[in-house]
Amino acid sequence: MSDTVIQVRNLGKEYTIKHQGATRYNTLRDILTAGTKAFFNNSTREKFWSLRDVSFDIRQGDRVGIIGRNGAGKSTLLKMLSRIVEPTTGKIQIKGRVSSLLEVGTGFHPELTGRENIFLNGAILGMSKVEIRSKFDEIIEFSEVEKFLDTPVKRYSSGMYVRLAFAIAAHLEPEVLIVDEVLAVGDAKFREKCLGKMKRVGEEGRTILFVSHQMGMLAQLCNHALMLDQGKLVRQGATQDVIAHYMDSLGYGNDSTYSASIEKTKDKPVYLSEIQTVNEEGMPTADFGHTDQITLKIKGAFNRYVENIMLSVSVKDRLERRVFTNRIHLDQWDISEHTSSFTATMKIPTDFLMPGKYLFMVLLSVPKVEIIDLVDHVCPLVITDLGSEAAMFEGKDIGCVFAKCEWLVKPEVMSYR
Amino acid sequence: MTHSQKTQLTIEAGRAERQYWQDLWRYRELFYFLAWRDILVRYKQTIIGMAWALIRPLVTMIVLTVVFSSLAKLPSGNSPYPILVFSGILPWQLFSNSLAMCSGSLVGNSNLISKVYFPRLIIPISAIAVSLVDFMISGIILLGLMAWYNYVPTWRILTLPLFILIALATSMGAGLWLASLNVKYRDFQQLVPFIVQFGLYISPVGFSSNVVPEQWKLIYSLNPIVGVINGFRWAILSEETQLYIPGFLLSLGLVAFLLATGVWHFRKVERKFVDLI
Repeated sequence: MSDTVIQVRNLGKEYTIKHQGATRYNTLRDILTAGTKAFFNNSTREKFWSLRDVSFDIRQGDRVGIIGRNGAGKSTLLKMLSRIVEPTTGKIQIKGRVSSLLEVGTGFHPELTGRENIFLNGAILGMSKVEIRSKFDEIIEFSEVEKFLDTPVKRYSSGMYVRLAFAIAAHLEPEVLIVDEVLAVGDAKFREKCLGKMKRVGEEGRTILFVSHQMGMLAQLCNHALMLDQGKLVRQGATQDVIAHYMDSLGYGNDSTYSASIEKTKDKPVYLSEIQTVNEEGMPTADFGHTDQITLKIKGAFNRYVENIMLSVSVKDRLERRVFTNRIHLDQWDISEHTSSFTATMKIPTDFLMPGKYLFMVLLSVPKVEIIDLVDHVCPLVITDLGSEAAMFEGKDIGCVFAKCEWLVKPEVMSYR
Repeated sequence: MTHSQKTQLTIEAGRAERQYWQDLWRYRELFYFLAWRDILVRYKQTIIGMAWALIRPLVTMIVLTVVFSSLAKLPSGNSPYPILVFSGILPWQLFSNSLAMCSGSLVGNSNLISKVYFPRLIIPISAIAVSLVDFMISGIILLGLMAWYNYVPTWRILTLPLFILIALATSMGAGLWLASLNVKYRDFQQLVPFIVQFGLYISPVGFSSNVVPEQWKLIYSLNPIVGVINGFRWAILSEETQLYIPGFLLSLGLVAFLLATGVWHFRKVERKFVDLI
């Protein structure tokens, strides 16, 4: 094929993992003591293939999504493609200029101003000074930070920081662009803007490789996908197919959706037929970032009509504590004798639940009369911290919700005389 | 970017990329920006800013002049002692600053190394470029001293760039060794202050190398900085300062060796930086 841009053959990367006293860096003393230890006990090292025997071709203009669980080798693959990590085996051939964006704002210096960082970061990403200068206005407009251009970025809010960093990256014009999960930042509106920009870049005939855990985004952006599992390429093809395969392999396809069985429902006048959590794109998923919109979609069906039904939903954390309960009266939503089924959607506020695992309890009842249908422990979902202030407390219990409170502190000076 | 349409890149295990030196040239702007960043950042949030680049060598010069000239009564030949000292301080500070900045440069930029590709050689080179800027600023003091003492240099001052190049090569050779070793063994970071501290005394910074007895001169020149400083003095000071040729050639040979092995070692371990840093 003449239009093959990236050709990967038998690519592999082996790492050596140290088991005892694994430190991030060695001192001579560590080497000496480790040497002595190894003399008595030689099982301190283990070989580990992060990626093994991966071969594929990518054609000019393809927008390729790379999916897989954590540790599947996605990042290793991207790092090898961007020449940061050297492969242990195999060969990669790339035609054209490659730019990789493995992190937003690489090389940003907190002491430098926004303006200075645009030039620095641009150069780090491989743009020439002339190129940066010609796109300077565009970058600023995209980033929406023109007022703070001469402020050191250490005084920026995290949102401004990310917007500026992405704006620079978005104006790269390489033939091959490699992007790792960087769109998972910023507010929804800005993300939408970034996605649009990426799409346009793709339409201009550039080749994009894109890693993300957000299937909806991948589905929108990519026309081709690769799935990695434990270092091996397990599937490639049209994005929808690969995503579906990935979902099945995770079991989320079933987990994030509850479906009622027929035996359970036939005796009930009204029953809950399907409950699922979906993301902003309407794709069922159980994986959310803490700033993502989580939508609970509840389908119910009537065997016969009952008046005054209340639908209530409780969110429980993994310790079975109820985080909150919401309820609505179905009668308010034009439900009558003629209704055969309904779909209710509940949007959980963004930036509200702390990272962690949650479950739902959904109840149909006639208040103070009877419980009609109760479904508990369904739709387990995981909320991942995408960089909130609470990230530093990961693993510690600091509550169930983010609370944006308004504070006021008034210092008073004690007067002695 | 149509010119790169044809570029074909091959990534393979153990392959020293053929385009490395070409890449180094292509990334020259990054080199310039990294140096520019370090210079900008160094004097941010300081009150007197760049003046620090003047104050440090000036104070060192005064202290060394007082200690070696007024107290130890060492000779300086025909030239004023401050100029003798300062012509030693200039290359010495170029070397010691470069060494300090170079040795920590890779570790200090680990976030870049693990996220973006570029020829890693750019990082230590840009660290040296920053010291060169300081050196240029300190050079102003030398001009000031010459004016103060009504001291007119001879034609030899024109050879100074050559000796600056030798000083840079020395810094680079030693700096590359320390920088690349430091990635794996952080012990070398601890070593640098010692080299800088002792180096000041064993190199002829505060005194003329004429005070070294004749029979020791060749051995003394095993310290490559000796050749560099003597070269500086020969270029700056008066006609009668003689360059000790065998010693100078020995120093020069050592510098070449240091630089060549430094680059060789750096290139050899460069590909593993990401896994080690």
